[in-house]
Amino acid sequence: MIQTQDLMKVYQMGDTEVHALDGASFTINKGEMVAIMGPSGSGKSTLMSIIGCLDAPTSGKYMLDDVAVENMDETKLAEIRGKKIGFVFQQFNLLARTSALENVMLPLTYAGVSGKERNDRALKALERVRLSDRKDHAPSELSGGQQQRVAIARALVNEPAILLADEPTGALDSKTSIEIMELFQNLHKEHGQTVILVTHDAYVARHCDRIIKISDGQIVSDEINRNPIKAGAPRTEEKM
Amino acid sequence: MLFSENLKIALRALRANKLRSVLTILGIVIGVATVVALLALGKGTTASVTSSIQSNGSNLLTVSAGKQQSGRPGAGGSQQASYLYYADYQLLQRSLTENVTAIVPSYQASYLVKYGNESFDVNVTGVTKDYQEVHSYKVAKGRFVSDGDEKSQGLVAILGSQTAKDLFGGLTPVGKTISINGIKFEVVGVLESKGSSGFGSSDDAVFIPLETGYNKLFGSKAMYNDKKVVNSIAISVKTTDAMDTVSAQTKFLIRRSHKLASSDELDFNVLSQADLLSTITSVTNTLTIFLGAIAGISLLVGGIGIMNIMLVSVTERTKEIGLRKAVGATKNQILTQFLIETVTLSLLGGIIGISLGVGIALLFTATGLLTAVITADSIALAFFFALAIGVFFGIYPAFRAANLTPMVALRYE
Repeated sequence: MIQTQDLMKVYQMGDTEVHALDGASFTINKGEMVAIMGPSGSGKSTLMSIIGCLDAPTSGKYMLDDVAVENMDETKLAEIRGKKIGFVFQQFNLLARTSALENVMLPLTYAGVSGKERNDRALKALERVRLSDRKDHAPSELSGGQQQRVAIARALVNEPAILLADEPTGALDSKTSIEIMELFQNLHKEHGQTVILVTHDAYVARHCDRIIKISDGQIVSDEINRNPIKAGAPRTEEKM
Repeated sequence: MLFSENLKIALRALRANKLRSVLTILGIVIGVATVVALLALGKGTTASVTSSIQSNGSNLLTVSAGKQQSGRPGAGGSQQASYLYYADYQLLQRSLTENVTAIVPSYQASYLVKYGNESFDVNVTGVTKDYQEVHSYKVAKGRFVSDGDEKSQGLVAILGSQTAKDLFGGLTPVGKTISINGIKFEVVGVLESKGSSGFGSSDDAVFIPLETGYNKLFGSKAMYNDKKVVNSIAISVKTTDAMDTVSAQTKFLIRRSHKLASSDELDFNVLSQADLLSTITSVTNTLTIFLGAIAGISLLVGGIGIMNIMLVSVTERTKEIGLRKAVGATKNQILTQFLIETVTLSLLGGIIGISLGVGIALLFTATGLLTAVITADSIALAFFFALAIGVFFGIYPAFRAANLTPMVALRYE
């Protein structure tokens, strides 16, 4: 699904070159749930924006769904983003004064889907996050957890190859965070959705099957998590 | 992506900031309204001046004092002021017999005219009997200046319809006595209105016999070197074909009487109605263009205002732009979205401005001050100008939005 080789990203900051990514190589297979972990400044955001085709690497190779994307122009990248990647952000990034349904429709609009099909697909995505009863509500009328679920529905609506979540629980309280993590795990287990979770939080990362740690632009560890935390499982037992 | 989708997005964004949107388009509204109103009023003025000149009769030559090139009596000579004399009129009257129906001298000056408690400054014109026919006035009540008045130097006055209304209100002026510059005159006639004619209405006037004027009212003002002065001499020519001949004859006669050498420039003008018309039309056109240009500056300022707000809007919505790009919007789609927003703003301003401008023009017409002429091409001009401003000033902010790096935009706080 994702194959990267020697990804480099160099920023010019005044006279000095900053190596935000310094040769990252890894492979993520279809149906995996992976956490990319690292402290702030480790290069995980840069890695995420390259995986998400929001930015192109300075050098290195990146195959997404068997397509080489490292040398694509902006218009092609926009198309790939719209069709193959579903983004979930810390701040939800929903359009204000726009209903949940219309927010979910947005990627379809840019993908050229319109009319009844767009409406139906957006509704179905909202059902998957169990929010179809709130489809006409604006973000300001929804709780943080509900907003994030709308954002996840928006990410799912184009049936992307990868669900890419950037600190998805960073703006939520712990109870809601668990709900959201449970939703990710369900999407992963029941629908085989590939999920990549970018976080600095070890607890969140431990919900995933595999944890890639990054520091100073390099991958420092890549381990299978044999005992992922099950979100939504009775907490009392966990605590004992 | 469909155009209607973009329009929906643009309208939603504009509705989200209603007050700001209204204030933003105010510059365009004022600019467009001014352009539409000024063009309508300018065209109206030209039309009314043209019709009032034509109502004076078409085969009319007007002789007035002044150098040829200046076109204004009295302002011509740098060496000394030039005059036209009563003697010139007498000469023309004697010499021009063929092709001419009437020759009318006139002398005009402004005086305080009083009746009861009402008093106004009015142009008092000394004329002869033929003035009425040459200038196509109709008498509503009483009579005009007669040959008898000339001989008897009678203290009689004829009022223009507006002056009669101003001085007498609903009363009948004929038979009443008014005072002009303190001298009592009997009103013997009132003229019919010649209709609204723009500035300097020909209905706002008092006419007296020219001889009476010289002897009783004008005094030394109308004398130069012991010769009686006239402002102008109107010559009514029988046919249009004869205009050139009569004009040449007039120039020859007066040149000789003013003792000008053949190398000297004329110290008087002979203008036909057509000349006058083209002069005035060019003046009003220049004025319209000038005022239109000022309104154009207001449009330009309005456009800059729109650009300013759109730049602010792009900055404010950086995150939104980042998100749109993340979910698949291309550069062109973002560019189109913001361009449509700006064009919607300026077109909205244009439409409101056109309505306002038409409203102002109609208001002027309703007050009777001027009859505004609203033409489709002036509205189209204003509309397309507003559109062009929207596109021109929208391109830069839209480019700024389209060129944002998605990751940077998403992280923007």
